[in-house]
Amino acid sequence: MNEAPTPTLSVRDLRIEFAAAERGATVKAVDGVSFDIFKGETFGLIGESGSGKTTIGRAVVHLVEPTAGVILHDGVDPATLSSREFRAARRAWQIVFQDPNAALNPRSTILTSVMEPLAVAGVGSAEERRVAAVQAMARVGLPDEIGARYPHQLSGGQKQRVVIARTLTMKPELIVCDEVVAALDMSIRGDVLNLFAELQRELGLTYLFITHDLSVVSHISDRIAVAYLGRLVELGPAEAVTEAPIHPYTRALLSAEPAPLPSHMRTGARILLEGEIPSPINPPSGCYFRTRCGHAVDLCVHRAPDWREIARGHWAACHFAEQFRDEETAASAEAGAKHQGG
Amino acid sequence: MSISFAMAGGRQEATRDVTFSVSPGERIGVVGESGCGKTITGLSLLRLLPEDVAHISGRLDFMGVDLATCGQEELRGIRGRRIGMIFQEPMSALDPVFTVGEQIAEGLRAHGNMSRAEARDRALEALRSVGIAAPEKRYHAYPHQLSGGMRQRVMIAGAMVCNPQLLIADEPTTALDVTVQAQILELLRDLSDRGNMALLFITHDLGVVAETCTRMLTMYAGEIVEDADVDAALEHPLHPYTSGLLRALPRLSARRSALPSIPGRVPVLGQMPAGCRFRQRCPFAVDGCERPQALLDAGNGRRVRCWRFGDLALPGVAA
Ligand SMILES: Nc1ncnc2c1ncn2[C@@H]1O[C@H](COP(=O)(O)OP(=O)(O)OP(=O)(O)O)[C@@H](O)[C@H]1O
Ligand SMILES: Nc1ncnc2c1ncn2[C@@H]1O[C@H](COP(=O)(O)OP(=O)(O)O)[C@@H](O)[C@H]1O
Ligand code: SF4
Ligand code: SF4
Ligand SMILES: [Mg+2]
Ligand SMILES: [Mg+2]
Repeated sequence: MNEAPTPTLSVRDLRIEFAAAERGATVKAVDGVSFDIFKGETFGLIGESGSGKTTIGRAVVHLVEPTAGVILHDGVDPATLSSREFRAARRAWQIVFQDPNAALNPRSTILTSVMEPLAVAGVGSAEERRVAAVQAMARVGLPDEIGARYPHQLSGGQKQRVVIARTLTMKPELIVCDEVVAALDMSIRGDVLNLFAELQRELGLTYLFITHDLSVVSHISDRIAVAYLGRLVELGPAEAVTEAPIHPYTRALLSAEPAPLPSHMRTGARILLEGEIPSPINPPSGCYFRTRCGHAVDLCVHRAPDWREIARGHWAACHFAEQFRDEETAASAEAGAKHQGG
Repeated sequence: MSISFAMAGGRQEATRDVTFSVSPGERIGVVGESGCGKTITGLSLLRLLPEDVAHISGRLDFMGVDLATCGQEELRGIRGRRIGMIFQEPMSALDPVFTVGEQIAEGLRAHGNMSRAEARDRALEALRSVGIAAPEKRYHAYPHQLSGGMRQRVMIAGAMVCNPQLLIADEPTTALDVTVQAQILELLRDLSDRGNMALLFITHDLGVVAETCTRMLTMYAGEIVEDADVDAALEHPLHPYTSGLLRALPRLSARRSALPSIPGRVPVLGQMPAGCRFRQRCPFAVDGCERPQALLDAGNGRRVRCWRFGDLALPGVAA
């Protein structure tokens, strides 16, 4: 048997706390999260707002200091690097945010914005930086003449391409994409998602793809992790998580996604959750999901479920995960039999 | 109805010939890209556009009253009472210095002569009916003390408390999480079914329309380009723009395949092309599309703004 490759990114028991507005209180934005991402993979991270997705993404590119836990890049803990080594290494870990307007200076030309990170890092001569910027723009499908324009003269999709081009000048290996298409109109989301896929194929990029849009994440991801109140509740191959979800929260999330289908093609009863995501300042005891879970019993109040592998490569944290897995298997076997019989 | 704005370069037409009707109990979804005129169409129905710059021409007939020309007095009797409105960002519509209960009760008292106690009871009942637990406690909460989903429910409670005959909802769930969105959509469907309330639901989310509405109006560059039953529009769109929007949905393409998109962008105000406004982006454009396009009757109560609709067999979601 081959030895497993070293993950591009390893996150181990990551915890991040912030001081809350209320005096003395702390927000556990990330509360013990572990996962690996392998080279060339797209790892989708979904969950409702406040579940800690952005904070995890920012920690991965070292924009926020973990309270506890480690983040390894190719097996190396950046904390062991000298500050010079760290500055050079971190160029390979980039993040792209939702709002391209916030990322671009309205008074700088597009070309200046694309060259900026290289200039800040002091890479190459002015001419070399210009050439690199123009190449990166070509790479994302922006013609040369756009370089002379200002952000307000571009469409949302074009601005997001500019931000991606700027990221590419750093020759990244890992890109955290935080809601990168959320601000774009549906007619052009496809364009930007296609661009990410194409860049991945050609440059071997690895993505941590953060979104609350289930249709987007299920379309582009190899594996998907589901976050709830700063913890992961499920992680597995994209097909398994979207088609045979184990955790009650994942099931509710998937069933809540409105399907753009005519009435006769719509299937499955909706699991309506009661209430809203509790405050991370004062999370529930035991299983964090228990206040909204239709399956909660006494045990869930008193004990947090273990994070464990339920099926090959498919992890979940629920006391009844094995039972839910077996039900899911039986249901799909039945559906398969029906299909064969009919 | 057409809406135009006075702008630096002269008067610009933002919507043109927007004609539709909505019946009691009907739920119409208005879809289209950003800037195509959805919000201003909704606002115009209540004359909430800035009157100094915005000019509305045409008729807005609400049960025999022309909302475009009726007096302020008559308008006040209808606005918030017989026609309710909820907005995308509830924070901007709620007053930060009053508790949410007081705001709903005040709204009631402004419209009918009602005692303080009676208004309070009705407000509590309205909060309960939108699924707010412990309404007696929430009554005294200020808007900033509530979550986004809770604020949106308060807005809906405020709009519903007068039992409006028509509710205009502009992206009421866009800022919410899907599990909370599902609760709000269920609530709106239920209120419309039970109270026979008509709903004009503005959104860019076709899934939301499919689950909530009975009819779908597709807008493009200030015009209605298609009007059809939701199921018909989803399965057999007649306008190339509707079809393009449906095909761009990720859910429906095979995993990791390239997603179709609609190249180009919506023309901006003041630069509307003559003839079909979708022409530059339409894969089916031919000679003849440079002529102005009327909203044609396509049978079975459907309308479409494309003279080629009979020749094109366009893919919908099922294709
Ligand atoms: N007060 C105003 N003055 C001038 N132009 C305006 C004004 N309000 C809106 N417009 C223009 O009218 C057009 C339609 O705007 P509207 O807000 O209705 O779009 P929308 O379809 O609701 O878009 P979105 O999906 O982004 O909410 C846009 O071109 C907009 O810029
Ligand atoms: N700088 C900060 N200070 C205090 N609280 C924060 C800070 N950043 C995030 N939080 C809190 O941490 C939690 C997780 O936030 P975030 O990672 O942004 O969630 P998501 O991206 O999943 O919506 C939220 O409750 C948020 O309010
Ligand atoms: S552990 Fe209990 S409360 Fe948590 S998801 Fe499982 S059944 Fe629900
Ligand atoms: S009129 Fe022509 S350009 Fe316009 S939608 Fe129809 S086919 Fe396309
Ligand atoms: Mg976020
Ligand atoms: Mg709008």
